Amino acid sequence: MTAVNVYKQRPDKIEGQSPLHHAGLAELVGKGKSGAGVHLREKKLLGHLTLRGDAKDPAFAGGVHKALGVELPVALTLVANGSLSLQWLAPDEWLLIVPRGEEFATEKRLREALGNELHYAVVNVSGGQTLLELSGPKVREMLMKSTSYDVHPSNFPVGKAVGTHFAKTQLVIRHTAEETWELVVRRSFADYIWLWLQDASAEFGLAIEA
Amino acid sequence: MLHIFCPHCGELRSEEEFHAAGQAHIARPLDPNACTDEEWGDYLFFRDNPRGLHHELWLHAAGCRKYFNATRHTISYEILETYKIGEKPSVTEAGGSEKKPVAKGVTA
Ligand SMILES: [Zn+2]
Repeated sequence: MTAVNVYKQRPDKIEGQSPLHHAGLAELVGKGKSGAGVHLREKKLLGHLTLRGDAKDPAFAGGVHKALGVELPVALTLVANGSLSLQWLAPDEWLLIVPRGEEFATEKRLREALGNELHYAVVNVSGGQTLLELSGPKVREMLMKSTSYDVHPSNFPVGKAVGTHFAKTQLVIRHTAEETWELVVRRSFADYIWLWLQDASAEFGLAIEA
Repeated sequence: MLHIFCPHCGELRSEEEFHAAGQAHIARPLDPNACTDEEWGDYLFFRDNPRGLHHELWLHAAGCRKYFNATRHTISYEILETYKIGEKPSVTEAGGSEKKPVAKGVTA
């Protein structure tokens, strides 16, 4: 029996601030070198939900599929359905990312589909982390400077997502398209990672995108 | 640097992603109130310190953040296998001092 207080955590009338609000990324758009090897875009203020449950239980797996339209991804993978993505984090834990403002409706849909008998958890962690998208021909080289994890396509194909060490801290790297990668960065590390990415991208040229 | 096989992630990862968390397979007494002080003290504080094979608990701290077990040789540091919590080790001091080739958990 799940007895939780479910309520809308993001008020409509208050504008949110991303962990990189202070960096003023919007003002840097278009100011980078032309032909930059690395393009950075903060996919800010999206809805991040942590989903936990027993993947082997058909009631849980089926309920998630019913609510989200995607199957639970297997180890180290990521699945997407339109603007929604679901990523494996651990054997009993997934990260669900939905468009801004849809987190409450998504959580309600999940709770409805999973019912009251199942042992599971849905937690809105949107305020705790942010998503950075890196694209361009030099992104892989920049990642190679930042992590000891092997980002060669033979080991890190599109659709793979791993938690690992990055720039002496820890984050999640997601490979979403051939030259496009995403980093899931914790709020308190966002500034540090932003500074690191600027430094690591300097030799390739960095362009900020809106 | 060692490469350690995480049985949850299903691949070899760099040693720096892991933390060792002590001896594995320590069962909590089912009825702590029925334990003598000595039994409870043994459970809480006393650990094996073998010269040879040791079954240990490890944490994939930077990856999936889950615990698993590893059989490690305390002299060579060689990790002979890793396996999930709840599973039994296949390499044991009694079962085979001769090292068997294991598919998983090899060091690099
Ligand atoms: Zn792992």
